[in-house]
Parts: sequence; structure tokens; C-alpha cells
Amino acid sequence: MKELTIEATPENVDTVIEFVDEQLEAYGCGMRAQMAIDVAVDELFANIAHYAYNPDTGYATVRVDVLKDPLSVEITFIDHGKQYDPLAKEDPDTTLALEDRPIGGMGIFIVKKSMDEITYEYKDGKNILTIKKNI
Amino acid sequence: MTVTTKMDGTKLTVSAEGKLGTSAAPELEKAVKDNIGGVTELVFDFAGLEYMASAGLRVLLSAAKVMKKQGGMKIINVTPPVMDVFTFTGMADVLDIETE
Repeated sequence: MKELTIEATPENVDTVIEFVDEQLEAYGCGMRAQMAIDVAVDELFANIAHYAYNPDTGYATVRVDVLKDPLSVEITFIDHGKQYDPLAKEDPDTTLALEDRPIGGMGIFIVKKSMDEITYEYKDGKNILTIKKNI
Repeated sequence: MTVTTKMDGTKLTVSAEGKLGTSAAPELEKAVKDNIGGVTELVFDFAGLEYMASAGLRVLLSAAKVMKKQGGMKIINVTPPVMDVFTFTGMADVLDIETE
């Protein structure tokens, strides 16, 4: 298990993605799975950066665990910001015509679709969001 | 991410290479915004795009709404991880997309 604690800002999204990729390097993760993981990390860390501490700033911890049987990666995002369950949000309507589609609101939905598991809990003043993907 | 633009008459081609996430999306947005005036054909060439997050999707949806009024828009050379995002979100049904 490896973890990184870093200021939750949009500028740090790429650093977090690089950190996660480094942990996966040794496991021969398929390109498509790795890209899906990168996208999920981008969405979830950007969400924390934009909303958790707004208008102040704060820190977030990203923890990466690689599990065996089946080989999978579990990534946990922890922040001390406002209580927010992204999974409680209603899924967007993906059947709308182009002109009726709102700009945005797809990030968490993409994560839900691309990961094998996603869980949220609020504990001891912390938002704890965990994603799991078989690789 | 590297973004290059090419104007050929009223046809604009925007090529993006690398990773289109939260940090890179504003660059793509600027390339579109600065050049879209008077364009009748907008082509995004994503041959070198490794992945796209929702921040990139937002730029494409905004561009598609503009182009619906002033011409056409197409996304070409879409790689599998990027196609996954179009499929999950139903954007594959409303955009003109050609895979690699």
C-alpha cells in the first residue's frame, strides 16, 4: 500500500495520476484498464479540488492498494472537507439530444460505468471514496 | 497534452495528443474558442489521444452545440479508451465519431 497526501488543487491532478500510474507499473496493467483508472482518478481528485474545501483549500490523501485473486487495484480518496456523497447524485440522462444536453455533470457517472466497484462513507469527519478495478 | 490547429478555408482541424483531463482541457477549449468563428467544418483528430475525462467532454459538447448552428463537426481516429467515454455517456449517439 502506498499513499500520497497532497493539497487538493486542480493543478495537482496530474501529480496524483502519475503517482497512481507508478504504483501500477509493476503489474502489467492493460492499457485500456489503466486509462480508465487515470480518468477515474482525474474525475475524483478534480471533484475534491473543486468542491471539498471551496472557497478555502485543504489536503487530500490518495491510497493505492493492489490486490490479488483477481488482480485488482483499489484506490481510496480521503478528504476532510464538506460532507459530500457523489454517489447520491442522480445519474444523468444519456439519451438526450445534443441541443438538450447540459454541459458537465458526467464525471462521476463515467467513474461508475468504468470501475468494478465504488463505495462512499463519511466517517470521523472524512469523506472516504473507494474505487476498485480488476486489471 | 499537445494541441495543434490547422485552418483550411473554413475547415478547422484540431489535433490533440496525450492526456485530455482536468489540467489540459482549458488548452483545447482555447484552441476551439480562438478559431471557431466562421468555421463550417470542425474536425477533431484524436489519433494521439491516450484518454479523455469529462473535462474534455465538456469542451466537445460546447463545440458541437456551436457547430450545429454553423456547419458540421466530426471526431476522427478515436482510440478505444476515448471511445469508452463516448459510449458510457451516450455521446457516441449524438456526435459524428470515427474510430481508429
